[in-house]
Amino acid sequence: MLRFIIRRVIGMIAVLFAISVITFAIFNVIPNGDPAFRLAGHSATPATIATIRHEWGFDKPVYVQYEKTMEKIFSGTLISYSTQTNVDTEIRHDIWPTISLAVGAALLWMFFAICLGMYSALKAGKISDRFLTVLALIGISMPVFWVGALLSYYLGFKAGIFPNGGYTSLTSNPVQWAWHLILPWTALSILFIGVYSRLVRSSILDTINEDFVRTARSKGLGQRQVLLKHVLRNSLIPVISLWGLDFGAIIGGGAIVTESVFNLGGVGQYAANSIQSLDVPPVMALTIFIAFFVVLFNTIVDIMYAWLDPRIRLA
Amino acid sequence: MAIEPASELSSVEGGTGFEAVAEREHAVGVGPWRLAGRRLRRNKVALAFGVLFLLLVALALAAPIWANDVAHTTTSANHLTEILHEGNKQVYVVSLSGVPVGPQWFAAGGKFFLGADDNGRDVMVRLLYGARTSLEIGIAAAIITTVLAVIVALFAGYMRGITDTILSRIMDIMWAFPVVILGVALGTALSIGGLKVGPVTLQSGSIAIPILIIGFVYVVYMARPLRGQVLSMREKEFIEAARAQGMGSFRIMFTEILPNLASTIVVFFPLAIANAILLEAYLSFLGAGVQPPTPSWGEMISEGIDRITTAPHLTIVPGLMLVLTVLALNIFGEGVRDALDPRSKVRISDN
Amino acid sequence: MSSTRPLLSVKDLSVSFATEDGTVRAVDGVSYTLAPREILAIVGESGSGKSVTVMSLMGLTRGVNARFGGSAVFGSTDLLTATEEQLERVRGNDIAMIFQDPMTSLDPVYKIGDQIVEQIRAHENVSKAVARDRTIALLDEVGIPRARERVDSYPHELSGGMRQRVMIAMALSCNPSILIADEPTTALDVTIQAQILERIKQLRDATDTAVIIVTHDLGVVADIADRIVVMYAGRIVEQGTVDEIFYDPQHPYTWGLLGSITRLDRERPRRLPSIPGAPPSLLDPPKGCHFRPRCPHEFAKCTDVPPLEAHIGEAPGHLDRCWLSTEEKRVRREVGDGQIGLARPQEAPA
Repeated sequence: MLRFIIRRVIGMIAVLFAISVITFAIFNVIPNGDPAFRLAGHSATPATIATIRHEWGFDKPVYVQYEKTMEKIFSGTLISYSTQTNVDTEIRHDIWPTISLAVGAALLWMFFAICLGMYSALKAGKISDRFLTVLALIGISMPVFWVGALLSYYLGFKAGIFPNGGYTSLTSNPVQWAWHLILPWTALSILFIGVYSRLVRSSILDTINEDFVRTARSKGLGQRQVLLKHVLRNSLIPVISLWGLDFGAIIGGGAIVTESVFNLGGVGQYAANSIQSLDVPPVMALTIFIAFFVVLFNTIVDIMYAWLDPRIRLA
Repeated sequence: MAIEPASELSSVEGGTGFEAVAEREHAVGVGPWRLAGRRLRRNKVALAFGVLFLLLVALALAAPIWANDVAHTTTSANHLTEILHEGNKQVYVVSLSGVPVGPQWFAAGGKFFLGADDNGRDVMVRLLYGARTSLEIGIAAAIITTVLAVIVALFAGYMRGITDTILSRIMDIMWAFPVVILGVALGTALSIGGLKVGPVTLQSGSIAIPILIIGFVYVVYMARPLRGQVLSMREKEFIEAARAQGMGSFRIMFTEILPNLASTIVVFFPLAIANAILLEAYLSFLGAGVQPPTPSWGEMISEGIDRITTAPHLTIVPGLMLVLTVLALNIFGEGVRDALDPRSKVRISDN
Repeated sequence: MSSTRPLLSVKDLSVSFATEDGTVRAVDGVSYTLAPREILAIVGESGSGKSVTVMSLMGLTRGVNARFGGSAVFGSTDLLTATEEQLERVRGNDIAMIFQDPMTSLDPVYKIGDQIVEQIRAHENVSKAVARDRTIALLDEVGIPRARERVDSYPHELSGGMRQRVMIAMALSCNPSILIADEPTTALDVTIQAQILERIKQLRDATDTAVIIVTHDLGVVADIADRIVVMYAGRIVEQGTVDEIFYDPQHPYTWGLLGSITRLDRERPRRLPSIPGAPPSLLDPPKGCHFRPRCPHEFAKCTDVPPLEAHIGEAPGHLDRCWLSTEEKRVRREVGDGQIGLARPQEAPA
């Protein structure tokens, strides 16, 4: 098991390195035009541009540029020229709403997805199953920001039941913290419940036809026992792995539109705002940030998979 | 946001189930496609939604007709100061306090059928052109994704060796970037300065940029399962036979393996279009996709959200059209998958 | 013939499945009995209905699309009409089953010991410790070395032969009166096959359990069976004791099966004999005798379904489903050199 973990971690580092190179390429190498000009964004005066050109090494060869870029990002000295703020500080502040959103939504959607998926699988082919499938498909077909905007408007602005966006920190007021997050959790979950309930359903249907389930039944075990102990345990393995990946993506700021629509001030929203104002330094840092989390959770999930499924441990 | 994980795009294997049924006398000569066609025809719901999608496409194609002959305007012409005659009343297209007029239906002869936005533009016209843009992007991107994914899958899966290792590593890395972030990163980077690759230059407002980005971003999600299929097909006897006949690798890949991927590709394609349309909406919402004033569903929703408190219909209408289209594609795609899946609804044990 | 009441009495069992292409009659009027301590072999090729027959006894083929007919009486219960609760009490407890593929028949995420303990505790009110001890003893009995350590292994850590032994141990854990083995050795090496079969026989000798063994391999059968039921396309075509079937087979299909066994004590044939043709579709079976299209001895009467009856006075338990007279059968089955087989009457070498 330990060797497995070590190998995965090494792989992870290699991938992160590759990601940093790609990010660098995307922002500084591929596009047309002068990178220093792009970085300066709104405060593009000739003086600023010259400073940037020097600090980032645009007058030097590509690999020096890469080095300097990475240095800036990882040393926490990366500054957004447009807003004159330190990117690192901003991220540290914004991570909390993102984590709150991620954890709440992930638990919510997983709970409902398993319940609905299981129900659907047991009633496979019948009307209730078809109905739930259509609901799931509707959930997948709606853009999260559209759902979020409508929820916010009707339940927040007009009905006044929920606050109209914003974030209250957990430590200052737990009730308000939750209250502000209910709509965002719902909006985000609708999409994921759609995806995951179908995953759970098909995984259960696959597992139910496995030989060992037939063995379990032939042992005289009750239906519930067969379902919960043997079917569910096995069928959730692949689903949990994917869940880990999506969770990691959200923490890294993947819920970019949800945060923006509800004005939660999280990492994703920070990314969205920076993008819209064409402020490149934060976008670069955040791209690496989210990729890091995704890769991290990828590795965690691999390890978790091995823990859940004894067969993998040999690999 | 996570796109459909790869498990959604699960592999579909044709073959054995169909031969068993084909053994019956009057089923001789009915190949798996014909059988799938029959199954699909029995699935009324899937067919209905397939037709719905085609209707939406037709509507989108009819955009110029509506714009010119019914509404007599364009997507960006703003009629801020214009006055409409609603029965006996005279109403400003955009009132003095900035509130745009609501749906007129046919009261003004087709103009402002669904009302106006606060720039005085005809929502219906924009909606239809938006449909055109979104569908264009969706279908074109899906084609790019499919073509690239097939090529990557064939080369990586069949050639194996170094080619496979490199391609697979690249795919792993791309997999690490959540779709939206990657799309946004590319979209932003390219929207500022456009794209210059060799002799080809794309202006920053060009629609080709979102098409390329969206098409490119989804390649990995389709290539992985396809590669898996190629890997398993490679070991089968008919490939060995082809090699023994002296067929070169390229010929084998494209004339032997590719046709067998067809059923998987057919299942993936509607889903690819659906995902592309959704991604376009997300990108446009974030300003990294279609740039205003060109309408697309995403762009319209984005503008609508900014004004949701005064004119919610500007958000609801394009959103509904998008959801309907994506839903239709998803349901139809499910129907196609069910039709091609040889696992019949009843499992009969072999003995 | 045992004079005690049969353990299991199957009468006219029929099982059909509704598919989108029509109704498949997997089992069509099958009847047999099983006495205590008896080893009954059900022989047939894929598609003969042999597995469906036994799985239906345990209610494992029940589903929305399945239709059952006839009866299968065990004790005082008709297994075909029993409720799920009643069946759950019977399964694993009175009737236990082992399946064909040991590689996939055990749950991969639980230790083998735990899976056996689970079964014991489902039927008997014993503590985990007691169940565990019993489990270790069982594993030992079926020939798993170092049972005390192995009890905590995961299935994937054991070989196919070992896993099948675990399955046997698990099946016998609650002392069932009937053990059903569905192709227990098909997925295993020939050497292991012999061991497993031997083990089953030993266990029968030691515990009085009756065994139904389903197989396509007559060689397996010759070794351990007391009585044989030969199935073809959903019907029983011949049934009798081992000696009756091997030395006086009455049905052309049985001749084909016997003829296709390769034998070391005979001259090597020019070509490996097999039964030409393929089993019929169960969606649209041939009219009359199901074997008719492949039978070189078929004649006009064969378009009527032959009844399963005894035709030999001295052997009232030897039934067959063929219109030919007993004398005809004894002649036609000779294909030369004292061999029994299935060949066209003219082709039989002098």
